[in-house]
Order: sequence, then structure tokens, then C-alpha cells
Amino acid sequence: MQNQYWLYLIYLLASVSFIVGLKMLSGPKTARQGNFLAAGGMTLAIIGTIFLHKNEEGHLIGNYAWIFGGIAIGTIAGWLSANKVQMTAMPQMVSLFNGMGGACAGLISIVEYKHLHDTASTGAVITILLGLIIGSVSFSGSIIAYLKLQEIMKKTFRLPAQNIFTIVLLLLIVSMLVITIQLPAMFHLYLLLILSLGYGVLFVLPIGGADMPVVISLLNSFTGLAAAFGGFLYDNQVMLTGGILVGSAGTLLTILMCNAMNRSLMNVIFGSFGGGNAAVGADDGFVGTIKSTTPSDVAILMKYAQNVIIVPGYGLAVAQAQHVIHELEELLEKEGVNVRYAIHPVAGRMPGHMNVLLAESNVSYDKLVEMEQINDDFSKTDVVFVVGANDVVNPAARNNPASPIFGMPILNADKAKTVIVSKRSMGKGYAGIENELFGYDNCLMLFGDAKASIGKLVAELKEL
Amino acid sequence: MEIINSVITFFGENIQIIYILILSIFVGIEVISKVPSALHTPLMSGANAIHGVVVIGAIIVMGHAEEGNWLAIILGFLAVILGTLNVVGGFVVTDRMLEMFKKKK
Repeated sequence: MQNQYWLYLIYLLASVSFIVGLKMLSGPKTARQGNFLAAGGMTLAIIGTIFLHKNEEGHLIGNYAWIFGGIAIGTIAGWLSANKVQMTAMPQMVSLFNGMGGACAGLISIVEYKHLHDTASTGAVITILLGLIIGSVSFSGSIIAYLKLQEIMKKTFRLPAQNIFTIVLLLLIVSMLVITIQLPAMFHLYLLLILSLGYGVLFVLPIGGADMPVVISLLNSFTGLAAAFGGFLYDNQVMLTGGILVGSAGTLLTILMCNAMNRSLMNVIFGSFGGGNAAVGADDGFVGTIKSTTPSDVAILMKYAQNVIIVPGYGLAVAQAQHVIHELEELLEKEGVNVRYAIHPVAGRMPGHMNVLLAESNVSYDKLVEMEQINDDFSKTDVVFVVGANDVVNPAARNNPASPIFGMPILNADKAKTVIVSKRSMGKGYAGIENELFGYDNCLMLFGDAKASIGKLVAELKEL
Repeated sequence: MEIINSVITFFGENIQIIYILILSIFVGIEVISKVPSALHTPLMSGANAIHGVVVIGAIIVMGHAEEGNWLAIILGFLAVILGTLNVVGGFVVTDRMLEMFKKKK
């Protein structure tokens, strides 16, 4: 019994490390230590479980070869893939790891159901089945999110009457759940598994790339829930606290992300923006003519400016232009120009994406200014340089109620004296709508690959 | 009626764990209520690693699978691999993101 008390103590320490770790993760100075702390707690809990856990009959854990083999494979694969991944591909990596956790929860449920379904109480069976449903939804949904962000799956599918179809599928899952509880059989369990996997796919398919972070965050909290159901089943405190903590923190984080885009969660899941129906605003709201410019003109404009604000977006990440933009910033600073970066809360594919990317090229943290702090300064700015961003500077969000992005807070780039937009072509942004800013009198387009354009710009600046 | 009874019994027998559950929900909300948007992604990624705690369930399943129960052994083994991937990959990715935030001169 004493052994079990040691294990309880370890679980308690691990739970506290998760709570404190999460707390520390929400501040920039303490975030890294917080992550280490949580990882340490996790390691302790895993080791404790392997050597001290006893089941109800008092048996210690066996099958060490299998367990250590599995941990070794998982560790190597996880370590390698996490270290190899490009900074730009971070979001889909998070999604993939999330899917793994969901699958893990689902598999546990299958084994436990087979093992327990004729002896366990109804409550335990419900716990197992809910773990299966949520884990499977999280798994298949995360995989679809991964495929979409990795651009293996390019199209957004929306079935006719998608929402009705979704509701029907949900009802089917609920009735299958009841059937499986009443008439236990492996066949029913597998049906439930297939329905849940199908729901996960259907849930993510119609959601556009711009909303993907929100979906990943939501699926993240689903996996947390699935883990918590496992904790309930095994009377395992650390699984329970860890899972629920992620479940509730993840849900709040999802809502915070939605707020940053001024949208409701319902709107993201059932709405049309970013989905297949976003044809609105395809032609309207476009006035004025597009004026293109050259790197040498831009170099002159910037050299003699007092204030320059750079607005980075996903295009910057795609073009891998984070280093050359830092070079540009340093050159301008040497000329006495005040250069700052304006970070929209959802710039890139994920909140914080731009901060991470720019930090990679040694841009100092205090040069990155959040939207609320910088938005009033645009009117006093000489040159705004928009690199690979589109929807976050579209004035339609302010003044066109018909636009799907109407109401989303945007960076007031259009208020600056001159706006220069570096863009590959006249293609649309993630929301799939035209940007009327490009037609404004104070807006100049610098067409071409961002990295190449900025490279030329830097060369011109050195010449001047 | 029988179902309601067994659900209530389940509730009664697990009352302590239900308390933990409810309190954890509030802790989770409290802990991240003030977070700058720049940290949303690393925070999500860190939380993602934490729910990898589900691997403990996989270890329990694997560890108590009887010899010859191949369904349990194979699925349990897979679950251990996937759960470990979630934990290790999650923490490493988070650390790589946060490494980028370190103070510059």
C-alpha cells in the first residue's frame, strides 16, 4: 500500500507542475521554464506509473519490454519530427501531435471496453464510450486540419445542407451510444468508432484555413477531455487534472482566439467565412486603380521617412523572408528611421506566429507592437510596408457591412501617408475576398516574391 | 430506473474525483485568463503536450494486458507510442517556439 501512497504523492506533484507550468506559459518571461516544469512533472508521473502502479487486484505493471519499446519509438519519432519541422509548419505539427493524443485515448477505450463491458458499471461504460467518441473526433479532425494546413488537401468541402447532415450524424452518434450501453457488443463499439471518426472529418472539412487555429485549439481541448475520461475510468488523479486543465484552458483559449477575430465560436464552426460560401464581396467594394511600384522607388521612400511600420503576414512566412526583412529594418534604423512591426492578433496562420517567426531572425521583442498599441500611430506614419498580409489590413472590415470580414478588428494601415504592399500577385487573401486597400490612392503594389523583392530593396538601399 | 440508479451509484462512489474535476475546470480557466495574444500558439502547444498525460492510461492498459490477449497488447502498444509522441513532440515543439522569445540585447 505504501507504494501506492508514493505514487499518489508523485501524481500530486505532477498535477501541481501542470497548473504552475500553464500559468508560467502565459507570461513571456516565464514561459520557457513553465514548459520545462510541466515536462518534468510529466516524466515523473510516467516513471512513477511504470514502477509503482497497481491495479485493483494489486498487480504491478508488467509487459515492460512492450512499454519501454513503445516509449522509445514514440520518443525518438516525437523528438525528431519536432526538431526537424520548419517554423512555418508549427501549427500543423501541433495539430498532428494533438491527433496522436486523441488516437491514444480512443485505443485505450477500445481495449478497456473489450476487457470490462460485461463486468463494469454503467457509469464506467459511459466513461469509456465518451472517451472513445471524443478521442476519435479529435484524432480524425486533427488529421484533416493537418492535411489542410500542410496543403496536401487544398480544397474546402462543404456538403449541401452540411449543418443538417452534421446534426443527423450527431444524433446517430448519441443513439449508437445508447445502443452500445444497452446492448453491449464489440460490433456496436466499432460502429460508434466509425461514426465518431466520420464526425471529426465532417467537422473540420468545411472550415477554411484562416479559422484553422481556432479549430486546432478546440480539438486540443477535446483531447484534454478524452484524457480526463481516462482518468475517471482508472481513478487516476494526474490524468484527470491534466486532462480537465487542458479541456477548460483550451476552451477559454479557443474563445480568446475567436475574440481576437471578433467572431463567435458558433460562427467559426457553422459560419460561412473561410468556408465554401464565402463568395460574397467578390466583385463589390473595388474602386480605384492598382498602381505598381519598383524596389528603387520604395527604397527612396523609406530612406527619407521618419516612421516606418512593417505589417507582416503569412506570405512573409511562406517566402521565408523573415531574415531579409530584419536586414531591411537594421539598414533603415542606421539611417535614423524609426521602424516597428505591427502584429495583428491573427496574422499568419496562428496567433503569435509572426512573433515566433521574426524572433527567429533576431528581431528584438520590443519592436513587435500589438494592434491596440500601434493602431493610432498609423496616421502619423510615413510608410507602411505590408508583407504577405491581406485580410488584416482590409478596410472593408471597417466600412463594408456586406463583407464577410466586417467587424473584424484590422490594422489601420490605410491611414498612413503611403502604403506599400508586397504581394506575389493580385490573388485574394485567406478569406477569399478582394482588398479595396489596393485601389486606394496612397497604396502602391510591389509585385513579386517577398524575399526577392525585399532583397532588391535592401540592395537599392545600400546603393543610395 | 435501473440505469438512473447505477448512474447515481457511480456518482456517489466517485464523488471525490468529481470534486477534483469541477475545481480543475476553474483552475484551468483562471490560470490562462490573462495571456497576450503573442503567446496563444505556444500556450496551445504546451497544453497540447500536457494532455499527452493520456499515455499513462496507455501504460496501464499495456501493463495489465494478459499474455496472449493480442488485441490489448497490440492496441496498447500503439497507444503507448502515440501517447509518447504527443508528450515528447508537444514539449519539444513548445520549447522550440519559446526559444524564439528569448531576450535580445
